[in-house]
Amino acid sequence: MKAIYSLFLVFALVLVALLGAGAGGMHYLFGVIIPYVAVVLFVVGFVLRVIRWGKSPVPFRIPTTCGQEFSLPWIKQNKIDNPSTTWGVILRMFFEVVLFRSLFRNTKVELHDGPKLAYASNKWLWLFALLFHYSFLTIFLRHMRFFTEPVPGFFQMLDSIDGMLQIGAPTLYLTDVVIVVAVTYLFMRRVVNPQVRYVSLPADYFPLFLILGIVLSGIFMRYFIKTDIVAVKELTMGLVTFNPKVPEGVGTIFYIHVFLVSVLLIYFPLSKLMHMGGVFLSPTRNLANNSRMKTHVNPWNYPVKIHTYEAYEDEFRERMVEAGLPVEKPLEQPVENKE
Amino acid sequence: MATPKPQELFASINHRPPKKDWMDVPVEIKPGRYCYAANPKSLEAVGMPHARQWNPLDDDWKLPENWKEIIIQGIRERLEKFRSFKVFMDICVRCGACADKCHYFIGSGDPKNMPVLRAELLRSIYRGEFTKAGKILGRFAGARKLTPEVIKEWWYYFFQCSECRRCSVFCPYGIDTAEITILGRELLNLLGLNIDWIATPVANCYRTGNHLGIQPHAFKDMIDFFCDDIEEITGIRPEPSFNKKGADILFITPSGDVFADPGTYTCMGYLMLFHYLKEEYGLEVTWSTYASEGGNFGFFTSHEMMKRLNAKMYLEAKRLGVKWILGGECGHMWRVIHQYMATMQQDMVGDLDFLEEPVSPITGTKFENAKATKMVHIVEFTADLIKHGKLKLDKSRNDNLIMTFHDSCNPSRGMGFHEEPRYIIKNTCNHFYDMPENTIREQTFCCGGGAGLNAGENEELRMMGGLPRANAVKYVHEKYGVNMLGCICAIDRAVLPNSMNYWVPGVQVTGLHELVGNALVLPGEQERETNLRGEPLPGKEDI
Repeated sequence: MKAIYSLFLVFALVLVALLGAGAGGMHYLFGVIIPYVAVVLFVVGFVLRVIRWGKSPVPFRIPTTCGQEFSLPWIKQNKIDNPSTTWGVILRMFFEVVLFRSLFRNTKVELHDGPKLAYASNKWLWLFALLFHYSFLTIFLRHMRFFTEPVPGFFQMLDSIDGMLQIGAPTLYLTDVVIVVAVTYLFMRRVVNPQVRYVSLPADYFPLFLILGIVLSGIFMRYFIKTDIVAVKELTMGLVTFNPKVPEGVGTIFYIHVFLVSVLLIYFPLSKLMHMGGVFLSPTRNLANNSRMKTHVNPWNYPVKIHTYEAYEDEFRERMVEAGLPVEKPLEQPVENKE
Repeated sequence: MATPKPQELFASINHRPPKKDWMDVPVEIKPGRYCYAANPKSLEAVGMPHARQWNPLDDDWKLPENWKEIIIQGIRERLEKFRSFKVFMDICVRCGACADKCHYFIGSGDPKNMPVLRAELLRSIYRGEFTKAGKILGRFAGARKLTPEVIKEWWYYFFQCSECRRCSVFCPYGIDTAEITILGRELLNLLGLNIDWIATPVANCYRTGNHLGIQPHAFKDMIDFFCDDIEEITGIRPEPSFNKKGADILFITPSGDVFADPGTYTCMGYLMLFHYLKEEYGLEVTWSTYASEGGNFGFFTSHEMMKRLNAKMYLEAKRLGVKWILGGECGHMWRVIHQYMATMQQDMVGDLDFLEEPVSPITGTKFENAKATKMVHIVEFTADLIKHGKLKLDKSRNDNLIMTFHDSCNPSRGMGFHEEPRYIIKNTCNHFYDMPENTIREQTFCCGGGAGLNAGENEELRMMGGLPRANAVKYVHEKYGVNMLGCICAIDRAVLPNSMNYWVPGVQVTGLHELVGNALVLPGEQERETNLRGEPLPGKEDI
């Protein structure tokens, strides 16, 4: 049900663009105003969220250590998974962000009669998450050819690598295929895996459908319902040069595509998609494991009430003396006379 | 309620969650899976709010009238104090990588024990009360209302998390459910909702220095009793010192080692090692009756309570004028010492210059990794002694043991303490086999009773939680004949014997210094006939 709600929501968004930009002809609203608003909300929202996180201190060093710590000289440290220096942390974060190292460890537990538990390596999520994120990134960078003039060599190169199979005309992009497969996998996994289905919220299905909608509208525009690419570039260049104009000949499918992207941008800072920023701020990953080596400061540290040694001895002095334990203050009367 | 037989319990595990949405499944508090409510006297002893008599099985938990404000305010304050809390509330994508990593989920199949969902119990309230999307979209955005039922659910499930952090290893963002549970328990404590197996040890630690409430004279008596046993076995009587000013080193161990088998044998191992070092190298180690607990039950209550109990370690070291502190074999004690102690205690003791940077006076090794906190783990200390050939060891005395090693959660995932314990085992025993790699080191499983859950009344939960560890032991038990499980945590020594007995009969549990005590050749000792447990040594069975 949650998935269906989210799917209908994305359909509704498509319909909004279809009616607004298509039937209603509100090209300036969908081509200029909404994209501008979306970009501003995305940037401001993203920055505010990161500032909001940053405002809370990290009072204690709580890295999750995966591997041997810095220890005696003859014991080999795992410098990446258990870093004791900033360089180590940088490496750990690099592998985490670029290769999803933690997800690579994923295992699956199986119950067998015996009774027995078995753990199998389970790298599918890692693989498809990686495929999804990298194709998304490539597609994003590829789109920079619409926002630059002349198009820098890097973007051109990316474009030709992505299209190197040269299937059909226009050339089929590998990432277009990969991202559709990856998003489909990520969605199917949520539906098919009972545990993941149980924890999934509409907020988990919605971005998947939204991204799928963006990808499919893009693919349609490129391969099936052709839109005037020169006009599109005129529009996008107008946007980035703050000289917005809406040329003729831009098809409705383009406005649908841009509207869905705008919704994604607006939704981003409000949602779990902020894991993009948050992964860098996670205190279990981005700190060196050196809190026995170096003293760190907790900015809100405050004195607390404790049971002092004096109070302790006052309570137990007699029994301590009797047991021959040293005391700070002698007993007022010798033990024998007290009875 | 009797705990079901192992086969029955195993057969009852179902990892398929129910059809209904989790928000529509009301919490059902099952006997055998929860610990008794905190004794109000224990809460009052340390000034915790809203102490009262209440029963988790009653409908009415007698919450204070303004309970909702207390919780909302409590969440707000913690969001401002802990970046971890804010980030972990915001960035989970519910990918489910953590779902089957929790030993309580694996053993119970209860979907609310999936770390992601345990955190969602709190996250859903955060969304509903603190985020715009949650306020406007409500359930669509995963938000729900704060009701007394939510508080019951929190209490039930936050006290079904042993804060072992295994889920955090697998999370692509390092979201640490232990951190969320710690903060969740803090919130519950604002309403007087603790469990007694935590609250009473906290009160005891506060007053007597240790969680069992052992008073100073009795503490000394218990250790004297171990010295009697050692004398009987070896002909040598250690003469430990207590509260001795000017000793070289202060030794603090979890008081479980002083109280319950098999920890007591580990304690005898410490005593024998210290005797040896005094005789051979003149090293003076003292015990404290005031700081007589390494384990910090405050850690299972709130950050503040952790700090209040931890303060004793440095205050006592300062009073006694020792050079540095040595800590015994304990799990969460070491997470506190390693990750929190120096940071927490700055305003209690100032800088730590009253202690020296720890150097082993026997080998000259500088413990670089402990140069700020000035507290060394006895396992790294002993491993260093062995490496430098400073201990005379007769490994063959442990030849009856076929060892495996249980990495205790906190030293493993909160320090990275993996090689030192294995080094000691390999140098005190001839037979050692590691368990499969998905179950050791940072992927280790909890014993099932960590974070204050080692009570009698929740046995079913402990056996469920202990299953993954026991199952891995069973593997090496069947494959290599392993009959002894080593560990470096007092809770392990308390919990694992039951769990082994239940799932893998024939495997016993030991601390590492029991192995050291058995192997150590004391100067002038008589020929030993038995090990520290009073069992005949290998080759002496017929005598």
